[in-house]
Amino acid sequence: MEQIGWKVGGRQGEGIDSTGDIYAIALHRMGYYVFTYRHFMSLIKGGHTNYKIRASNQVVRHHGDDVHVLVAFDQATINHNWHEVVDGGVIIYDSAVFAAEKPTDRPVNVFGIPLTELAKEAGNSIMKNMVAIGVSAAITRLSLEDFLPVIEEKFGKKGQAVVENNMTALRLGYEYFLARHQVFFPAPQLPPSVKGKGRLYAAGNQAVGFGALAGGCRMVAAYPITPATEILYWLFKYFPKHGGVVVQAEDEIAAVNMAIGANFAGVRAMTSTSGPGFSLMMEALGLSGMSETPLVIIDVQRGGPSTGLPTKTEQSDLNEAVYGTHGDIERIVLTPRTVEECFLATADAFNLAERYQCPVIVMSDLYMGMSSQSIDSFPTHLVQIDRGKLVLDEELVGRATHEYARYEAQIEDGISPRTLPGQKNGRHVALGNEHNGIGLEIEDVSTRLEQVAKRKRKLANFTHHSGVSIDGSAVAPLALIGFGSTWGVLEEARERLEAEGMLVKHIHFSRVLPFPLEDFKTAMSGVDKGLVIELNSSGQLAQLIHNFAGFHGKLASGLKFDGDPISLREILLRAQQVFRMEVRN
Amino acid sequence: MATMQDFKTEKATWCPGCGDFSVLNAMQKAAVNLGLEPENIAVVSGIGCSGKMSQHFGGYGFHSLHGRSLPTAQAVKIANRDLTVFAAGGDGDGYGIGMGHFVHAMRRNVNITYIVMDNHIYGLTTGQASPTSDLGSKTKTSPQGTVEQPISPLQLALAQNCSFIAQGFSGNVKQLISLIEKAVRHKGFSLVNVYSPCVTFNKVNTYEFYREGLINLDEDDSYDVTNRFAAMQKVTETNSLVTGLIYQDESRASYEDSVHGYPEIPIVKTEWHLTDTDYEEILASFK
Repeated sequence: MEQIGWKVGGRQGEGIDSTGDIYAIALHRMGYYVFTYRHFMSLIKGGHTNYKIRASNQVVRHHGDDVHVLVAFDQATINHNWHEVVDGGVIIYDSAVFAAEKPTDRPVNVFGIPLTELAKEAGNSIMKNMVAIGVSAAITRLSLEDFLPVIEEKFGKKGQAVVENNMTALRLGYEYFLARHQVFFPAPQLPPSVKGKGRLYAAGNQAVGFGALAGGCRMVAAYPITPATEILYWLFKYFPKHGGVVVQAEDEIAAVNMAIGANFAGVRAMTSTSGPGFSLMMEALGLSGMSETPLVIIDVQRGGPSTGLPTKTEQSDLNEAVYGTHGDIERIVLTPRTVEECFLATADAFNLAERYQCPVIVMSDLYMGMSSQSIDSFPTHLVQIDRGKLVLDEELVGRATHEYARYEAQIEDGISPRTLPGQKNGRHVALGNEHNGIGLEIEDVSTRLEQVAKRKRKLANFTHHSGVSIDGSAVAPLALIGFGSTWGVLEEARERLEAEGMLVKHIHFSRVLPFPLEDFKTAMSGVDKGLVIELNSSGQLAQLIHNFAGFHGKLASGLKFDGDPISLREILLRAQQVFRMEVRN
Repeated sequence: MATMQDFKTEKATWCPGCGDFSVLNAMQKAAVNLGLEPENIAVVSGIGCSGKMSQHFGGYGFHSLHGRSLPTAQAVKIANRDLTVFAAGGDGDGYGIGMGHFVHAMRRNVNITYIVMDNHIYGLTTGQASPTSDLGSKTKTSPQGTVEQPISPLQLALAQNCSFIAQGFSGNVKQLISLIEKAVRHKGFSLVNVYSPCVTFNKVNTYEFYREGLINLDEDDSYDVTNRFAAMQKVTETNSLVTGLIYQDESRASYEDSVHGYPEIPIVKTEWHLTDTDYEEILASFK
């Protein structure tokens, strides 16, 4: 694959994010597939932050292991990142600000460029970021003209002079570098037809917001939390036009109960959060299950437990999503694999929540939620709105009583017709106490058993998409197994292992509850060894598979929990350990 | 027109003589007087003796979690602004575990009515100290007497500039009916704190205690319900032993009338399908 890896780093508050955004969007608009990753810390000023871009003329599904060009605004950026720079790669640093200590044991080109000086020449030292982009464009032989529309978009509001100054800064960096050095990494050739093809640039968080809007959600209650808050930012932009409301709740307990309240009143509602907030929602998760009130929770996972690693990625909320809350409830847990699936899974979650009248948890993570990337399209044509068993006003006319038996235990599929407040003759009480068919709290044995059995029937005949995807050879004896956001990097790992001559398939969960047992068993047929790759320290997915499907002795784990997204190299290393052993045996 | 009968359900399960019967009765009577229909009322309750209200009142009900009636009730109203929404709770539910939501509900000013049956004790769990228990109250969890200062709901509400504050007493149903009617008519968040004696576990704050001690501000022509500072002074000097409309600010817009883009028609009745034009516009923003 022809590709280029670029990274810019500096102190937080130095404009690293906006530098990365401009470069990434420009590359995206030129027709490259880009995949970005933001490394940041839980503070506003200071600390090391960086922004990685991987660009290619083919689809890229993760942020890539390699850096070809590293732009360093401080020494810390070099120290933290130089090991990612490829042999022959380029590090440029701001020689107007510091003298870089160069890593001596690697064949890496280190060039001091007076970024701040050149920025001053263009009008203001603040534009050192633009100078750096100009230098990067020179190193990778990109056309400066392609940056103009992005700069106009970004700075146009501040006036034409600001746009021109930024273009000047860009040009000064470009010319300064080429006057002294050569092009090191020509950017991959693009087919001439690719420009203006209408590809999209999105991250999982925006995709979730879009999915919610498309899926009919019109009320979101949430408490700000990294890395989920961007979902709200997107919705604040689009909800008002479509009659939706975002409520900033006082805490996550309020948020989830608000989502339940709105659903009870008939409006599709959700809450979005991350691990700590999700933990606060556990009691209400049970209320949704017990009162059979639809509920959608988006959990954008981060490093746990407790406050954990608030700005780092992890997949360690799986147990909580699957087993959390006291007592037994029916629930659905979706684990979308891509940004496109974040959109569709969220839209669909509202159908599932209303159809099965239970909580639906959609699990994303920081890596998928915050990594903007190029995608071909959103599957908007697949969005449907199915409200399940809502009772029509006509069906309630002429009833002898205004009481409505909401929880009749005898109903065959366990799913009761639902009336909404405001409907005449549909009066009922939804409740978290165990109850009888008409919604009065009970404590007698037979009613309790009837109602538990009724609720259990709801998901017994669950029909939906399979929940497990299989890529690669159906008869492969080796399998990479994962869930959620690791699909992209695992796909690349599978392709690499196949290129090395291993017969490997890739089994990936896009839903873990109801557990797709038959589909998973089918996927595992002929597999001698499965390597379960997940971002937590206890192997939560592997345990879940053991719990539901067995396969003890056939699975090995590849675990990552240092906060960084897993790299292709790490997966390959672990796969070679596990699979080579298997091949030798 | 709905009658009392329309708001009745099965017989309530409170102890004979419980103040909560009067509160239920007053809510039903107020609903009749206001010309409301049962299907257009939602009563959301928390947990405790007061929590039974959603089952005993003949409208739609949601018997939610301990302390969480307010978030749930606010969302019901936000989802369907045509409904009359009551949140019902007690002093433990609302001023203990759910206290945070109370303060924020006053900030938010969603147009709902919050009725708190304040008996200074945890009744359903058979008599533990509550956040409003008088200092020194001897209960199962304070055998030597409570040492924490009691919460003052009225002072708290005044400090937070709650847009409607009233206090009633189960021993004066007539006044309570009128307070609830006013609270429902108020366009914003309305608090009706009700001294609702627990006849089983609180032998101090009894009907007699309140009959002797309460001052009825509704009968005081000189009392100005729009003067928050005077209200704070009155409540403070009487140790909250007052009934009536304490404070009302009719100038404040409700949450529904303030939020950008909040529709005139109930959200539950709005169109949820995006059109092709909507999709095109949104997709363009991702390019």
